Amino acid sequence: MSQAPAAGTVALTGLVKRYGATLALDGVSLSIVPGEFFTLLGPSGCGKTTTLRSVAGFVTPDAGRVAINGTDVTGVPPHLRRVGMVFQHYALFPHRTVAQNVAFGLRMQRVAKAEIARRVAEALTLVQLPAYGTRYPRQLSGGEQQRVALARALVTRPSVLLLDEPLGALDKKLREATQFELINIQEQLGVTFIVVTHDQEEAMTLASRIGVMNRGEIVQIGTPTEIYEFPQTKFVADFIGSVNMFEGKLIEDLPDHVRIQSDELGGVVFVDHGISSAPGVTVYAAIRPEKINILRAPPADTRENCVKGVVKEIAYMGDMSIYLVQIDTGKMVRVTLPNVERLSDDERILWDETVWLTWHASSPVIVTQ
Amino acid sequence: MKITAARYSREAPGRLGPLWTFLFRYGPPRWTEYVLRNWSGQRLVIAVPYLWLLLFFLVPFLIVLKISFAEFEPLGRPPYAPVFQWLDEGALQIKLLVGSYVYLLNEPLYVSSWIYSIKVAFFSTVLCLMLGYPMAYAIARSSPTYRNVFLMLIILPFWTSFLLRVYAWIGLLKTDGVINNVLKFFGIIDEPLSMMNTSFAVYIGIVYSYLPFMILPLYSNLEKHDLTLLEAANDLGAGPVKAFLRVTLPLSFPGVVAGSLLVFIPAVGEYVIPSLLGRSDQLMIARLLSDEFFLNRDWPKASAVAIAMLLLLVVPIMLFQHFQNKELQAQKK
Amino acid sequence: MKTQGLFSKTMLGAGFVFLYVPILSMVFYSFNNSRLVTVWDSANSPTLKWYAKLLDDGQVLSAAWLSIRVAAMSASGAVILGTLAGLVLARFGPFKGRALLQGLTTAPLVMPEVITGLSMLLLFVSLEQLLQKVAGVQFDRGVITITIAHISFTMAYVTVVVQSRLASFDDSLEEAALDLGARPAKVFFRITVPLILPAILSGWLLAFTLSWDDLVVTQFVSGPGSNTLPMVIFSRVRLGVSPVVNALATIMVLIVACGVILSAVLMRRQERRRKREEQMAAAG
Repeated sequence: MSQAPAAGTVALTGLVKRYGATLALDGVSLSIVPGEFFTLLGPSGCGKTTTLRSVAGFVTPDAGRVAINGTDVTGVPPHLRRVGMVFQHYALFPHRTVAQNVAFGLRMQRVAKAEIARRVAEALTLVQLPAYGTRYPRQLSGGEQQRVALARALVTRPSVLLLDEPLGALDKKLREATQFELINIQEQLGVTFIVVTHDQEEAMTLASRIGVMNRGEIVQIGTPTEIYEFPQTKFVADFIGSVNMFEGKLIEDLPDHVRIQSDELGGVVFVDHGISSAPGVTVYAAIRPEKINILRAPPADTRENCVKGVVKEIAYMGDMSIYLVQIDTGKMVRVTLPNVERLSDDERILWDETVWLTWHASSPVIVTQ
Repeated sequence: MKITAARYSREAPGRLGPLWTFLFRYGPPRWTEYVLRNWSGQRLVIAVPYLWLLLFFLVPFLIVLKISFAEFEPLGRPPYAPVFQWLDEGALQIKLLVGSYVYLLNEPLYVSSWIYSIKVAFFSTVLCLMLGYPMAYAIARSSPTYRNVFLMLIILPFWTSFLLRVYAWIGLLKTDGVINNVLKFFGIIDEPLSMMNTSFAVYIGIVYSYLPFMILPLYSNLEKHDLTLLEAANDLGAGPVKAFLRVTLPLSFPGVVAGSLLVFIPAVGEYVIPSLLGRSDQLMIARLLSDEFFLNRDWPKASAVAIAMLLLLVVPIMLFQHFQNKELQAQKK
Repeated sequence: MKTQGLFSKTMLGAGFVFLYVPILSMVFYSFNNSRLVTVWDSANSPTLKWYAKLLDDGQVLSAAWLSIRVAAMSASGAVILGTLAGLVLARFGPFKGRALLQGLTTAPLVMPEVITGLSMLLLFVSLEQLLQKVAGVQFDRGVITITIAHISFTMAYVTVVVQSRLASFDDSLEEAALDLGARPAKVFFRITVPLILPAILSGWLLAFTLSWDDLVVTQFVSGPGSNTLPMVIFSRVRLGVSPVVNALATIMVLIVACGVILSAVLMRRQERRRKREEQMAAAG
C-alpha cells in the first residue's frame, strides 16, 4: 500500500492451468490499468472464466504470477485478497436479508456497526434499491438480485471488481438498461472492472478495452474499435460481428498499398495501407458486410475491389437488410444495407438479380493467421 | 499468541538431567507449535473423523483377524492364547493357527450354513426386487403430489422399530395367528398352515424388512429417467413392453444393482429375522457366529467366522461402494 | 403404456398392503384382552389393560430410558463426525488416504451387524486389557461402549446424507463468502451449515432411529446392567408373542406417524410460502 502502483492494477504473467488432460490456460499474460472497464471475451471453453477465477483466487495456476496492486498474490487464498466478485447466478445468501447480505463483507472486516449501516444504505442507494434492505433474496426478481450482488461486492470498497457473465441471466431489455447502469457506477466509483462475457455486443458496449481469448490464450487486446476494425487474426475477425474472408496471395507489397490476388474472390483486392508480412505467406482479406456496396449496374472500374454475383437470400431485419450474394466462384458473400429509404418494387434489389459488389480501398483488413 | 519455541530449545540442565532436556526440547510448547503449524485447518478437519473411523472401525477388524488365528483356551480370560508374545529373551513369538478356518470349511454344520445363508439371501433379494421394482416404477411415474405421499408411506415403516416389525410377523404367521385365523374363517383351510420357523417365514421377514432399501435406490434412479426417450422409442415403433425392456430396464440397471446389494449383503449376515422366524434345524451363519461366541466362548472360531464372512462379502461390498461413488459423482454434475 | 401402468400400480397397492398389514395387526391386537394376542377374546376386548401393564413394567421403562439417552448421545456424536466426514469427501480435493476414508465411511452401510458387533467387542476387550496393564484402571462395558459403537456405525449414514446434500449444493455461495473475506471455518459455520441444516437434522433423526433400534451390535458391546429396549423386547419375544410388546409397538407407531405427518405438513407449508414469494418477486 505504501509505494505500490495505483490501486486497481492487475497484472497476470504467464498463467498456465491444466485440468487433467485439458489445458485451460496456456500462458495468459495481461496488464490491466486502474479505473479500466476490461472485458474478457471468447467462446465457451476459451479460459476466460478460469482467468477471472485466478484473479479471485479460486483457481491456483500451475505456473505464472498474479499480481494485484503490485503485490504478488499467487497462492494467496481468496478470503485474503481484496477483490470483489459478482457471480454469474449472484450467489446471494438465501438465509440472510438483503441488508445482511450487503453487510457481510463489512462484518468480516470488523467495521463498526454504525458505519456498516451507513455504508449499506449508501450501497443500496447506488444500485437504486434503497428500501429493499429487509427483504430476502427469494423475494427479488433476477435484475434486483443482480443489483444486490453488485452492492454487496462494492460496499467493501475493493480496488478491483470481477464480474462473471453478469448480464447473462437477464432478458434483453433489462440487459441493455443494466449495461448503462454498470458503466455509470464504474465511472462514478473509479473501480477497475473485469468482466467475463461471451456476448460480443455486451463487450463492445461495456468495455474500455477487450481481451479476446481462444483456447486458453489471449488472442488480441484492444479497444472495441480496434478489435472490430483491425482484427489481428482470422479468429478475432470472425468472432466479433460477421465478416467475409477471402484467401489470397500478395502480388504487390509496398509500404503504402498492397494488392492481393484471391481465387476465392475471383479478382484482386486493393488495400490502401501497407501491411507487415513475410513474402509468400497466404493472407486473408477480411471485409465487413456493412462496408460492401451493392450496385445494380457494373461500376466504371471492375478490375479491383469489385466482384459480380447473384442475390440468393434477403433477410429483412427492419432497420437493415442482410443480403447473401453468390459470386462467380461459388462463395457466398454477406452484405448488409441499412433501409434508408422506402423503395418501390423496381427500385429495390430482389432475389436472383445480378449485382456488383464493391468496397472502398480502406475497408479490407488483411490478416495472416 | 505466538509461541516462541526458541525459549525452550536451550538445553536446561537440571536435577532430572536427560528427562528435563526431553521435556523441554520436545515438551508441550513444541508439540503445540507442531500441531498448530502442521495440523491446522483442513488437516484437522480430515483427521478427526478419520482417526475415529480408523480406531473404532478398522482396528477392530485387525483385532478380529488376529484372534482368528489364536488358540482356543476354554478356561482363559479372555479365552484364547496370545498370538503375539514377547519372550524373556527379547524375541517376539507369533503363533498362528489356521485350525479355526479349516474347521469352518469342513464341518458339515458350517458348510450347510454357508450355503443356506447365501441361498436365503439370494432368493430374498430376487423376491424383494420382484416386488420392489414395480413399486418404485409406479411411484416414479406418479404425479409429484402423490409421489411425496407414496415416498412418505414407504419410509414410515422404516422409522418404526425393525425388531417390532419382525415381531409383527410372528403374530401373523403362527399357528393361531392372523393369517391362519382368516383362512380358517373363510373356510379355505381346515388345518392351520405351519408357517412359523420355516425358510418361507425368513423370506417374508427379509423381504418385508428390506423392501425400503430396495425401493429407494430404484426410485432415485427411475425418477431421473428422461421420459422423452420412451416417447422416441414409441415413435420408432416399439410398443410399451419393448420400450420398457429396451430403454427403461437397461437405464435402471445401476439402481437395480445398488438396491440388490443393499439387500443381499446384510441379508447374508442377518441375525434377528432367522432367530425369530426361522428354522431351528438349519441356522444361518450369523447365528452360528453368535453361538460360537456367547455359548461356546470360542472367540477364535467366532473371529474366523467373521473374517470368512467378510471375505465372502468383500467383492459385493466393493461393488456397492463403486456404484455409490458413481451416484455421488453424477449428483455433483 | 396403459397396461404397464396398471400392473405396476396394482403392485404398488399390493406392496402397501404388504407393508402395513403387519403393523396394523400389531396395533389392533394390542387391544385384545387375551394373553395369546391373536386369539380375539371378544368378551373382554377391546381393553387398555396391556397399556397399563406397560406403564407398570419397570424393566421396559428403564430400558427405554437408557435407549433414549444412548440414542441421543450417539446421534449427536454421529452428526458431528459424519458432517465433518461428509464435508471432507464432498469439498476437499484429493489427498492421501482419501479412498480409504471413502471406504470406511460407506462400509458400515452394508456390513452385517454381527461382524461389526464382534469386532467392536474385541476392540473394547483389548482396550480394557491395555488400560489395565498400563494404568491399572478397571473398565466395564456399558453405556459408553454402546454409545461409541453406535456412533461408529451410524456416522456412515450421516456422512452419506450430508455428502449427497453438499454435492448438489451450489458452492458459489461459499465462494462468495470467501471472496468477501470470510475465513473457511467461518464460511462453513455461517453459510454452509445453516443451509444444509435440514440434511443434518434428518441425519440426526436417522442416526437416532438406528441407534434406538439396534440389537445385534448392542448385545455384543453392552455390559451387565445396561439393557437397552431392543434387548428387552428380543428376550421376551423369543419365547413367543407378548401383548405388552404389542402395546409398546402401538405407542411407537403413533409417535412415528405423528412425527412424519407433522414434518410433511411443515414442509408443505414452507414450500407453499416459498412459491408465493417467488411469484410475488417475479411479478413485482
